[in-house]
Amino acid sequence: MNVRLYVWQRATAALMAPLVFVHIAVIFYATRQGMTAADILSRTHGSIAWAAYYGVFVAAAAVHASIGLRNIMAEWLPVTERRAGRCAIGFGILLAALGLRAVAALVLS
Amino acid sequence: MPETLAELSVSLWRGAQQGRYETYVVPQRESQTVLDVVTFVQRHIDPTLSYRFACRVGVCGSCAMTVNGKPRWTCRTHVSKVADSGRLEIGPLENLPVIKDLTTDMERFFEKWQAAKGVFAPSQTRHDAIVQIRPDTPARRAADAAIECINCGVCYAGCDTVRWNASYLGPAALTRAWTLVNDERDAGNTARLQAVAAAGGCHACHTHQSCQELCPQALNPTAAIAGLKRRTVAAYLKGEIEA
Amino acid sequence: MVHRISGLALAIFLPWHFLALGLAIDGDAKLESFLRWSDQPLVKFAEGILVFLLTVHLLGGLRVLVIENFPWTGGQKQLVTLAAAVSAIVAFIFLARVF
Repeated sequence: MNVRLYVWQRATAALMAPLVFVHIAVIFYATRQGMTAADILSRTHGSIAWAAYYGVFVAAAAVHASIGLRNIMAEWLPVTERRAGRCAIGFGILLAALGLRAVAALVLS
Repeated sequence: MPETLAELSVSLWRGAQQGRYETYVVPQRESQTVLDVVTFVQRHIDPTLSYRFACRVGVCGSCAMTVNGKPRWTCRTHVSKVADSGRLEIGPLENLPVIKDLTTDMERFFEKWQAAKGVFAPSQTRHDAIVQIRPDTPARRAADAAIECINCGVCYAGCDTVRWNASYLGPAALTRAWTLVNDERDAGNTARLQAVAAAGGCHACHTHQSCQELCPQALNPTAAIAGLKRRTVAAYLKGEIEA
Repeated sequence: MVHRISGLALAIFLPWHFLALGLAIDGDAKLESFLRWSDQPLVKFAEGILVFLLTVHLLGGLRVLVIENFPWTGGQKQLVTLAAAVSAIVAFIFLARVF
């Protein structure tokens, strides 16, 4: 962990703090009894606001989680920091790809 | 004759990195410290026991050991406060190589002190006027709050990140670097901030605050390290140091 | 440690979460059957645990951001207990609403 990774991790954390509060509210709303997939999609379909909000959230989460995993690997597994860094980048790309695909699925389909 | 209350069952680490705990029976006395107990074993039971102490009054930091799982100054730890049901387990400080029994090799601790640039870099010569340092500026207050470290190693022994990350400089080294960052006479801050911003530097700290909890001098390395984090981020964003 | 474990659990959970939502890519049918599958009590309970983990990770992170950037010197134990308690309450409310 150096200053550059630290800045990215803390910055994405600070960015996500308010986003998570809203997400918890969304979770509570979306899981109330009787909500179907069609109900959800009718709200998200074609919405720039949803796309922007969750697009940013996914990007921030991908960066934040991969740096966190990098630290865990470097500290708890017998791997070098460089190896941990490469695995982390791979995971970050995976998360970003899956996440943006999910956003597209809800907004574009 | 000092009054004997009962008997203590004391387990002491014997050996080096490999070894075992051996148990001794020691008379418990009033106002007895853990250092008294270790000293009793060495003087009356087993003279081959190795341990360190110097001042025995809580000003030198030499007698730090792991007592019932926690790193402490043994001369300032009263047996009555830590011996649950008459049992004590005493080992060498964690996170440092064991030389023998209760003594550890502190060389790595001091190497990291140097690596964090915990050394004053002068900006003037004897021919310049003496700089007036006011004690009440925020920078001097910050430095004074962190300056009383006597290198006992308790924070280093108690730190999870030191345990997990071999290159982590540790709370003591970083706290000293922080005092120099706040010293207006010091000229080495760019190099110092660069040193603590590298891998293993202040950013490796996870803010567990064990160092703050354990420091026998009531210093706050967590706060010092947080200060370094803020200064290095500012320097990095301004392009004064590199990642 | 709670912070690290909750983060790790969330990191493991996220790809699956994204895959589930991605089921909507061909219309609502697959997502609908997934949602109905997840109506099972055991799954709802697991979701409650996820809500707990998310909240506890958020509160732990706020603690770190505050200690690193503001002159807060308070010790860990009370804050951690408070964070765990608040998270448990939030997760409990979630479960109460879905059952």
